[in-house]
Amino acid sequence: MSRFGFNWENEEKFDALLERYPDKQSLMLPALWMVQYQEGWISLDAIRFIAKKLERTPMEVYSVASFYTMFQLQPVGKYHIQLCRTLSCMLCGSKNIQEYLQYKLGIKVGETTPDRQFTLSLVECLGSCGTAPCMRLNDAYIENLTPEKIDEILDGLCHDR
Amino acid sequence: MIAKVVSKNFDIPNAHTLEVARANGRYASLEKLFCISPDETICEIERSGLRGKGGGGALTGEKWRLIPPQSSKPVYLVVNADEGEPGTFKDRQILEFDPHLLIEGIICASYAINAHHAYVYIRGEYVFWMNRLQQAIDEAYAAGLLGNSVFGRDFSLHVTIHKGAGAYICGEKTALLESLEGKRGHPRLKPKGKEPEWFFGNPTVVNNVETIASVPFIIREGYASYRAYGTEQSPGTMLFGISGHVKKPGVYELPYGTSMKRVIYELCGGIKGDKNLKAIIPGGSSVQILRADEIEAITLDYECLKAHGSALGTGGMIVLDESVSIPEAMKNLFAFYHHESCGQCTPCREGTGWVDRILAKILAGEGSKEDYQTILDAVDTMNGKTICVFAPSVAFIAQSYLKKFPDEFEALLRSR
Repeated sequence: MSRFGFNWENEEKFDALLERYPDKQSLMLPALWMVQYQEGWISLDAIRFIAKKLERTPMEVYSVASFYTMFQLQPVGKYHIQLCRTLSCMLCGSKNIQEYLQYKLGIKVGETTPDRQFTLSLVECLGSCGTAPCMRLNDAYIENLTPEKIDEILDGLCHDR
Repeated sequence: MIAKVVSKNFDIPNAHTLEVARANGRYASLEKLFCISPDETICEIERSGLRGKGGGGALTGEKWRLIPPQSSKPVYLVVNADEGEPGTFKDRQILEFDPHLLIEGIICASYAINAHHAYVYIRGEYVFWMNRLQQAIDEAYAAGLLGNSVFGRDFSLHVTIHKGAGAYICGEKTALLESLEGKRGHPRLKPKGKEPEWFFGNPTVVNNVETIASVPFIIREGYASYRAYGTEQSPGTMLFGISGHVKKPGVYELPYGTSMKRVIYELCGGIKGDKNLKAIIPGGSSVQILRADEIEAITLDYECLKAHGSALGTGGMIVLDESVSIPEAMKNLFAFYHHESCGQCTPCREGTGWVDRILAKILAGEGSKEDYQTILDAVDTMNGKTICVFAPSVAFIAQSYLKKFPDEFEALLRSR
């Protein structure tokens, strides 16, 4: 049995979306997103919950969730920094930015700070090639990155460090 | 040089709001649209020669014709906003500055193919742009431009945004549809003959954002006005995104047939730091690279780039100056392709990783002459033996890097 459940807001959202697709299987990605926004990540418990809702097997939901890079199957920090590593950003200095972020946060790519505030990831092309280098801080795009800009933004975050 | 077909309202403040959008000509095409039949609408698009802007350059009218006119099943329009091709950042401009243009285009296209529900599949990272479009959709519903009676006519249309989740391959139209059906984004086998796409077994058209955004101009001004831009075989305009080592990177709307050299040196202000140009990747990362000495005669249209052994692709140009190591750039892209291969076909899943590892070895100074040949053999195995065009594209680009810059690879190889 799954202990996870949608909050009322997501329940309503889910029901409203049901009417907008010819088959409820289409709600797979939307449902996974709702879980991730509600919990910060997607647990096996939540996967069982979605499977029941969509009348699929938990394995099928897990296979879809694990295919997509943006679905977090492990908890991540409160602030998830995703730095673009692909060509245009590399040409404009993303490697220096990566080093600076690692130095500033004291972690390597793929790691989370011990206080669970920051996770640092490298991601593929974010579609900000004209304003490279670029990173995402949770859902926000931060472009034309410089060490100064990173200082300004990270120092301005209210976090319990 | 600059054209203003799709980008006309980009510089107008608040053009993303319905009020400003309407004051600047948005939804003006609908008056004319509902006076002509769906068939005539498709004819107009066919005559305009509009080609898909997502990379393939297929004729849009031809795609629309594949939908049976009296379909007993519901018809769907799916707009591809999964912009993920490295070097491409044009669709987000439309979503950010003129989302109502996209909605207007969706109405025109849906009317033509008799679709009553359209899905916009947006890459998961584009949260800001998704919200922009959702606001515009909400405004359009409230103003009676979407819903059960579009523009007061006997035509219903609903638009739903579907959020992707970070898979590059979902930009491939059949992978996108699989994803929209709630599955892994695995491209489908292509049919032998011409047929529409299928969404849960229902006939469906998949078009790129910019393609759909080009439709209202053609309906409003007529196909001849669109054909006034561009070349005979590549009529119209395209949003070209230029990134990398140029002084003024960005998105510029240009008629097809514009000189590549003029774009780089005049519009984009030339190479950053006044260095020399080494190479240009002309249409998103998945097309063959061009050496600086090859760009002299190149014009930005499908035919010219094809004749020069490359492709126009998405129009996202990546400019590389003399300081760039080509093996390093190639390694960067192969790490991308290895990560983004959907894993369905063995030659692609294993081949991309294999080449990526060999390149890492070469860059570490441990490569031998055999490795150079092994890469060529590996990509030969990838070409033509997979379900979608991902692996063949990767094979072609690998060959172009190795053949056009052999010296740079040889310099890194240990002579054994």
